[in-house]
Amino acid sequence: MSTSHLVMQARGLVKRYGHVTALDGVDFELRAGEILAVIGDNGAGKSSLIKALSGATIPDEGVIELDGRPVHFRSPLDARHAGIECCYQDLAVAPAMTIAENLFLGRELRRPGLMGSVFRRLDKKRMLEISIERMNDLKVGIRSMTQAVETLSGGQRQCVAVARAAAFAEHVVILDEPTAALGVKEGNMVLELIRRVRDKGLAVILISHNMPHVFEIADRIHVARLGRRAAVLNPKKISMSDTVAVMTGAMPPESIPADCLAH
Amino acid sequence: MNTSLKDKLPPLSQLGPFIALAVASLIFGLSTENFFSGANFALILQQVMVVGVIAIGQTLIILTAGIDLSCGMLMALGSIVMTRFAVDYGLPVPVAIAAGVGVTTLFGLLNGLLVTRIKLPPFIVTLGTMNVAFAITQLYSDAQTVSNVPDSMTWLGNTFTLGGTQIAFGVVMMGVLYLGVDYWLRDTASGRHVYAVGNHPEATRLVGIPTDRVLLGVYVLAGVFYGLASLLSVARTGVGDPNGGQTENLDAITAVVLGGTSLFGGRGLVLGSLAGAIVVGVLRNGLTLMGVSSVYQVLITGILVILAVAVDQLSRKGDR
Repeated sequence: MSTSHLVMQARGLVKRYGHVTALDGVDFELRAGEILAVIGDNGAGKSSLIKALSGATIPDEGVIELDGRPVHFRSPLDARHAGIECCYQDLAVAPAMTIAENLFLGRELRRPGLMGSVFRRLDKKRMLEISIERMNDLKVGIRSMTQAVETLSGGQRQCVAVARAAAFAEHVVILDEPTAALGVKEGNMVLELIRRVRDKGLAVILISHNMPHVFEIADRIHVARLGRRAAVLNPKKISMSDTVAVMTGAMPPESIPADCLAH
Repeated sequence: MNTSLKDKLPPLSQLGPFIALAVASLIFGLSTENFFSGANFALILQQVMVVGVIAIGQTLIILTAGIDLSCGMLMALGSIVMTRFAVDYGLPVPVAIAAGVGVTTLFGLLNGLLVTRIKLPPFIVTLGTMNVAFAITQLYSDAQTVSNVPDSMTWLGNTFTLGGTQIAFGVVMMGVLYLGVDYWLRDTASGRHVYAVGNHPEATRLVGIPTDRVLLGVYVLAGVFYGLASLLSVARTGVGDPNGGQTENLDAITAVVLGGTSLFGGRGLVLGSLAGAIVVGVLRNGLTLMGVSSVYQVLITGILVILAVAVDQLSRKGDR
């Protein structure tokens, strides 16, 4: 038994698209302050699971609980209001806009008083201050928050995207392939940032194909297979090749050594 | 870092209209006698005001990575509707104006619905509505110019004297509209969302901004501006002209592109479009003063558009 409580839990999620069953009664558990990697082959139900958890799709059956209370997300916005922030691969930021603008996109702050309520004037100064503060918190070393995102390197851009999710999340940060398409050095920069996000006490769901990265930072590994959860593995005990074997079905879940399973 | 100076300067595409304006003014100033006079500049602004206000709507649409080919035709339709309502039906002028603006706004709504609901490309949608609006204008007006427009409808064409120069009220209205839209685009959340939608629609949708609603709003608002341009056109010419809007259609797109707004969306300033519209106006005016045939004016405008788009494309190449 673990001491940290469950932040998010799902039981028996089912999602069908016509004749295709993407989720076939999947269970899911996420603890406070952990990095949970979600891995699986294409079509294993990985992205359908994440979409259900983030409100991007509505599951046909099953329950999702956040902090022990059942939730029914109708849209990604619902999930966001509940304290779950997502960061999607390659789709996270608007390149021509500044870092501060990107951080506050869709949650802009207005000036106090008449200027804000009648003239809808943005409080650019405060948004900039908060951006600097949050980014410093996460130790993202970017000189100016007023530079356009397109002036940043790929790794820095991804850091902005991850930091945006982390800066505003209250419970859960979902990261979809945050290190894909990055070089080694840039990838490490993003991994460092993800660790700091966890150390702030947030729960992180990391979807990744990159096994070395998963093994480097994940506390537990949720293996999706055929629309279900094949196993939850302990990356400190199991080998990378056995993990891949579980993922592909070469190793049946029953034959995984007991100490390799995470609890 | 040797890039620091380059980072601080606005991109070349946004300086373009001002450079073009300076060069054109210099050439015309040196080669004609009457170019540099308050009266001539006031005249240019008066000639520009219709295209200028159409260009505001066009800028909004181009910022979302769209295009509106129907803008000039909608302007003509709006002016026919408002003049016929006032002259032929004898309705009060405010009602007639509201009807004209209402028709262009409805067409904007139609454009927007086709783009957002059926996901048709803006180019094709507005190519269609351009022809529909043109045909309706011809049918509804019987291809006849509507004259005897009441004075209160052409009031914006009247002038007041400021420092010895006569300035039309319509020019002031254009200026106010530009400043208002500039404020909205820069300093409000919904204005910034217009940029975001044009810059990266998927990222914008994923942060929870209703991108289709932003787009629809932009097309409707553009319709409103075309309607206001109808009123300015009536004020300037004193008639409802069923064949109006034909040069304005491309001139408005030219103004926006010259003004540095990227056809790829998400980049540009509405005030640039004003500069672009003035460049087109200065060219027309200066070439006329030099006695150059209007065919050459069209030729030069065409070349300028291609140049402006080329600058935009080349300045973006380094981004990715």
